Amino acid sequence: MSVLIFAELEEGAIKKSSLEAIYYGSKVAEQTGTTATALVLGEGSADELAKAGRFGAAKVLHASETRLNEGNALAYASAVAEAVHQEGATIIVLAKSSLADSMAARLAGKLKAGLAANVIELPDLSSGFRVKRSIFTGKAFAITELTAEKKILTIKKNTITPEETDAVAPVEAFKPALNDSDFTVKVTNVEKATGDVLLPEADLVVSAGRGLKGPENWGIVENLAKALHAATACSKPVSDLDWRPHHEHVGQTGIKISPNLYIACGISGAIQHLAGVNSSKVIVVINKDSEAPFFKSADYGIVGDVFDVLPRLTKAVKEL
Amino acid sequence: MKILVCVTSVPDTITKITLTDNNTKLNKAGVQFITGPYDDYALSRAVELKEQLGGTVTVLNVGEADAEPVIRKCLAIGADDAIRVNAEPTDAYFVAEQIAAIAKENNYDLILMGRESIDYNGGQVHGIVGEMLGIPSISPVMKLAIEGTTAKITREIEGGHEDLEAGLPLVLGCQEPIAEWKIPNMRGIMTARTKKLTVVEPSGNDTLTQISSYELPPARGACKMIPASEAETLIKLLRTEAKVI
Ligand SMILES: Cc1cc2nc3c(=O)[nH]c(=O)nc-3n(C[C@@H](O)[C@H](O)[C@H](O)COP(=O)(O)OP(=O)(O)OC[C@H]3O[C@@H](n4cnc5c(N)ncnc54)[C@H](O)[C@@H]3O)c2cc1C
Ligand SMILES: Cc1cc2nc3c(=O)[nH]c(=O)nc-3n(C[C@H](O)[C@H](O)[C@H](O)COP(=O)(O)OP(=O)(O)OC[C@H]3O[C@@H](n4cnc5c(N)ncnc54)[C@H](O)[C@@H]3O)c2cc1C
Repeated sequence: MSVLIFAELEEGAIKKSSLEAIYYGSKVAEQTGTTATALVLGEGSADELAKAGRFGAAKVLHASETRLNEGNALAYASAVAEAVHQEGATIIVLAKSSLADSMAARLAGKLKAGLAANVIELPDLSSGFRVKRSIFTGKAFAITELTAEKKILTIKKNTITPEETDAVAPVEAFKPALNDSDFTVKVTNVEKATGDVLLPEADLVVSAGRGLKGPENWGIVENLAKALHAATACSKPVSDLDWRPHHEHVGQTGIKISPNLYIACGISGAIQHLAGVNSSKVIVVINKDSEAPFFKSADYGIVGDVFDVLPRLTKAVKEL
Repeated sequence: MKILVCVTSVPDTITKITLTDNNTKLNKAGVQFITGPYDDYALSRAVELKEQLGGTVTVLNVGEADAEPVIRKCLAIGADDAIRVNAEPTDAYFVAEQIAAIAKENNYDLILMGRESIDYNGGQVHGIVGEMLGIPSISPVMKLAIEGTTAKITREIEGGHEDLEAGLPLVLGCQEPIAEWKIPNMRGIMTARTKKLTVVEPSGNDTLTQISSYELPPARGACKMIPASEAETLIKLLRTEAKVI
């Protein structure tokens, strides 16, 4: 029995959410009296691998394969399953992400493992193995018992506050068998914003809705985001109207986020919008209508015009 | 083209969740059930593909009899027939097993699902089914075109999207803007009544997770209002009081 954490690389660096997963996994290992191993797939530098040890992994398995540089859910699931067998792992921990979600599902099928998605706390081992997971896009939680021998937990961002130590973990080379059948889906083109803070990973998010009136006005949103080093997001109508790219759309039918700070500008606060953002730690609402429903779910509110307020907030951030 | 669309029956997106039976059950009283919005996208695209390429669209739900109005609505939108696996589906692995069993008997070219259920948000049934059938699964899919036996797919990734090509059969988890949601018309509603809805009993009983109780999130504290004329104070409060920047 041991805990295996899948640590995801993004442009050669372990993602912040994965560092949180490693720390979480090391705590589960403490709870269950075993050790935590981090698994890294694809080429990564020694500096990056060392981070896994500092965030709690007792050992790092590294498959430095160019074929695994591209996040391929099928090939990753095969490699993780092989590592699970090699290490005798019974608990697999990952941070929610577009790749990890697809991979975890394949893995659950391969291992006949119980999968709990959107876990938000450490497990409760007082009777069986229970986790608390977010359901109904944050509108409720389900205390879920995992009854299979193998258990997969995908954790939501901000589930645990990781602590970095100066611990050093040994790195072992891992050579998974790569099956051609896992590589039949061909990637013909990738378009990805570079240099920007990725929305699901972001600690701070500035989001805007139809109140901005048109795509040409997004400069004031981007300027505030830039000053805060925040990611930008939007409501569904804004992406439906093609004012902003679809990957910025948050809510019940978009991306679900749980940043430390969510600033909503000119968004009314429909229940479907709230569903994607209500687990943010602090919510700020800026809306010219004092009756906008969003104020009921906010921690700080400003009744005002975004075209006046946003530039002033940007200036205030720069003067901090 | 033989397409299977898997749909869930879920509480409407505007539902306020409440609990009953000592917090061990969701309170269904007064709750309107709908087809999962992502499943609706999958179904709409399936109907479009059928119109374009010919073939059949079968709708599948693993669930209890009270989901039948939702299934009938899918038939009204344009599915040809439907299957309901008669069970209380509390676990994704169990649901996947049921879907895989039916898929094995019927050789579908495409199995379309939603990217995730909007009740339990697992995002996993398509992956598990793909694994059980030994075929690729791809999610979340934003665009889907079929050229011969090849699917051309756009998948959302963090911060962007990627274009993919894959041979059929495939399992896909769909999301917008793969198609516009379709609204059933009068003719659709009339013909849906006579379309075949087969009820089958479940095979296997591998339930790997079990919900012991539910909780509701704590209410947020009161909203602190800052006059627009002093908007700059907000930034100070975020630093000194909320400590998030
Ligand atoms: C106590 C309880 C009772 C339930 N009763 C019902 C019920 O009567 N009817 C019902 O539809 N759901 C019911 N559900 C919901 C249940 O079927 C979940 O959908 C299932 O557990 C998978 O959840 P998930 O979030 O992991 O799915 P995900 O992996 O997020 O789902 C992805 C996609 O898989 C497909 N899919 C998921 N579940 C089903 C399903 N049951 N049938 C067909 N396709 C599916 C859909 O296309 C969905 O978009 C019940 C759940 C519980 C806990
Ligand atoms: C099944 C389903 C799923 C959905 N999923 C989602 C989802 O995932 N995400 C989502 O966001 N929505 C979703 N929706 C849509 C949702 O119901 C709302 O329609 C949507 O969130 C409204 O977007 P908005 O707040 O930008 O626009 P509006 O509701 O039009 O609000 C604009 C706001 O801007 C304010 N405003 C206008 N001008 C100014 C100004 N100058 N300064 C300050 N404030 C100003 C107005 O007072 C108003 O409150 C879904 C709907 C359905 C039916």
